[in-house]
Amino acid sequence: MRRHFTRTLRGALAALLLAGAASAAANTALLEFDNPEQESLYQGLVRELRCTVCQNQNLLDSNSSLAQDLREKVYDQVRNGATREAVIDFMVSRYGDFVLYRPPLKAETMLLWFGPLLFLLCGGAVLAYVLRQQKNRALEPIAAPEPPAAQTDPKPNRKKRRRGK
Amino acid sequence: MVMRLAISGVVFALLVGLFWVGLGLNPRELPSPLVGRPAPAFQIPDLFDPERQVSQADLRNRVTLLNVWASWCTSCRAEHRHLLALRRQGVRIVGLNYKDDRAAAFGYLESGGNPYEIVGFDQSGNAGIEWGVYGTPETFVIDRQGVVRYKHVGPLNEVVIRDELLPLITELERS
Repeated sequence: MRRHFTRTLRGALAALLLAGAASAAANTALLEFDNPEQESLYQGLVRELRCTVCQNQNLLDSNSSLAQDLREKVYDQVRNGATREAVIDFMVSRYGDFVLYRPPLKAETMLLWFGPLLFLLCGGAVLAYVLRQQKNRALEPIAAPEPPAAQTDPKPNRKKRRRGK
Repeated sequence: MVMRLAISGVVFALLVGLFWVGLGLNPRELPSPLVGRPAPAFQIPDLFDPERQVSQADLRNRVTLLNVWASWCTSCRAEHRHLLALRRQGVRIVGLNYKDDRAAAFGYLESGGNPYEIVGFDQSGNAGIEWGVYGTPETFVIDRQGVVRYKHVGPLNEVVIRDELLPLITELERS
């Protein structure tokens, strides 16, 4: 049963990935470039620029009409010999840092960049605190040992030991 | 025990605060890099008179509202009556008809009323890109010097108009 489930899941995942790859390929298949450098520049940019309409997709993955227009803009600029920086400047000056999947490091983005580290530190502090508490508890002298209970039925014990083997 | 309870309480309160603020924010509202800068250059034909060109020069000399709209945009209909009301109050509104069909745009203004002094017809959406438009409707306030002072994404409503738009327009007109 479980195996069957895993297999189905794997199949579904593969189909999903293939579909994604196919649609991504369809979005750029017909473009022509002067040289391979231009093409890789374009391919890099449309993956790195974010679609502002559908916020969790890049320009390449999105089929929104704005993303299509922006892909065209990137394409035209690249064909006209624009550098990576020029295209990124163009987008940022119109849509803001939001279009970048790799935001620049500045005062407003500090939390974005170092937030994860902050969380890690918080987690580490909590972990250290908990561990220390446990250690202290372990070192605490155990209250007077309880007197061994008068020999009660020893059978269950023996049984356990046997099962252990 | 008390200590632990106190810590849990503080953590819980912090999380509630975080979500309270975070979930109240509108993720579609992006800060526009245009605010505080001169209106971007664009040139598109006039919707009513294709011979005439509309450009950033049409936004100067008077405090102006630039409203990006389209006949296919349903939330534009929702704010339309507010635009008409603003026009009646004497606010100058310039329209940017974004990726629309000329006949459909005419029909829209004919049936709903025309709040715009000028409408630019941006069929390709290139002027929209210059303005960083990513969702209609969008509304900008431009001061007399032609500097963008404010941007609102999404339909205008009573609260935005009363608390943000009108005070800003009054202030800009006075200065």
